[in-house]
Amino acid sequence: MNKDYIMSLAEKDVRIDGRKFDEYREVSIETGVSMNAEGSARCKIGDTEVIVGIKMAIGTPYPDAADEGSIVVGAELLPMSNPDFESGPPGKQAIELARIIDRGVRESKAIDFKKLCIKEGEKCWMVFIDIYSINDDGNLIDAAGLATLTALNGAKFHKLDKDDNINYKEYGDKKVELELMPITCTFGKVNGKIIIDPNNDEESALDARLSIATFNGKVYAMQKGLDRGFTLEEIEYMIDVAIAKEKELKTLIKEQK
Amino acid sequence: MNEETNLLIKPREVVVPGQVLAKGMDNLPSDGTYREGEEIISNKLGLVNVDGRVIKVISLTGAYVPKEDDIVIGKVVEIGFSGWFVDVGSANDANLSLRDVEDYVERGADLTKYFDFDEILIAKVVKVTRFKSIDITMKAQGLRKIKGGKIIEITPSKVPRVIGKQGSMISMIKEHTNCEITVGQNGRVWIQGSNVEDEILATKAIMKIESSSHVNGLTEIIETLLKEGTKK
Repeated sequence: MNKDYIMSLAEKDVRIDGRKFDEYREVSIETGVSMNAEGSARCKIGDTEVIVGIKMAIGTPYPDAADEGSIVVGAELLPMSNPDFESGPPGKQAIELARIIDRGVRESKAIDFKKLCIKEGEKCWMVFIDIYSINDDGNLIDAAGLATLTALNGAKFHKLDKDDNINYKEYGDKKVELELMPITCTFGKVNGKIIIDPNNDEESALDARLSIATFNGKVYAMQKGLDRGFTLEEIEYMIDVAIAKEKELKTLIKEQK
Repeated sequence: MNEETNLLIKPREVVVPGQVLAKGMDNLPSDGTYREGEEIISNKLGLVNVDGRVIKVISLTGAYVPKEDDIVIGKVVEIGFSGWFVDVGSANDANLSLRDVEDYVERGADLTKYFDFDEILIAKVVKVTRFKSIDITMKAQGLRKIKGGKIIEITPSKVPRVIGKQGSMISMIKEHTNCEITVGQNGRVWIQGSNVEDEILATKAIMKIESSSHVNGLTEIIETLLKEGTKK
């Protein structure tokens, strides 16, 4: 509804809520939100709120990676979190969100899949990462990314009995160790201007979107969204900002109790 | 029994559906309440309002329920042969028929010339049927198409608080921020000022009213917020 307004503001170098172009809303992260999950976290960016829970199950390794476990990411965009979300099978946006988070963790090798192996070729841990949007005021990607890393960081494994079956009553000493923490920063382009952390109103006016996952100044994953493109200078600028923001956001990630 | 002892609640208390608010026949049930025998019972989650003998419950949140003569802000979502369909934030879209616009519309004319998709209108509800189909009109003073400015959404039940007694609250915001503001009964508020800072201040004030509408002395809180905001 405020699309034209946001476009005209971009010309004057201001944003609808008065933020600077490279300014995040207030970010906060909470751990241990779900009692039954092996690891869980709630991330708030302004009014956006996302909960991520980790569950572990035992599966068979893929034939081409017999000594590796795997992750499964699912995103559920709850109808209560945005009037545009419907119940039913996941839509385009939910699938994209799950895939961005999957890539952020998998391709950056944030978790060493070899450590998830129980018995080569027979049994391995499958780590289920479930993302729920509690309230969507834009930029679910970054909120889900931060919540996922926090939920994974130190998530406990259940004990195994002698036949390598899960004992759901007890936790063992084994924990998930994050090899690195790639932090996702999402940018949008409105009327030729680059903004970070778009809110719900701004998302409706975006021409293009780019999510960049960085860790210690290196780029690990990227996802480009929407129809229009970016120039090379714009992408270089966004990478620089993402690296600067990564340092701030990294301090917010805690370990599971 | 006198009136005082019949009330089981304090005014401005939060009540839940099914809660008995008063006993005896001295009080009258109004919006959000019903009578069952000797008791007046709430059927909403909200704040109790006691005005003389009349008891009503103002819900804390909820979608817009249209009433006749409400001024609403809506968006054109569909165009048919005989008029426009306008989203007013209610369960059903509102009907704006050809004879309810200011200009005379020729038969077979291109309706997008009058109101196009996604355009924002200030309109008035003329009729709400039993089945909640809504008819709106553009034929009255102050009703028009909106160009520019921003729209924010608040809970429709908080609209009276934003407007204040005889419009005291809203005129205070207008005075401090020099913004043009129109509050629709459906909870949409249109704000247009000469610069962005003013618009953001007005937005902040309105959001503050929405989030603390149950607080006593809200006018003073908003006034200090506005004064601090204009100083900077």
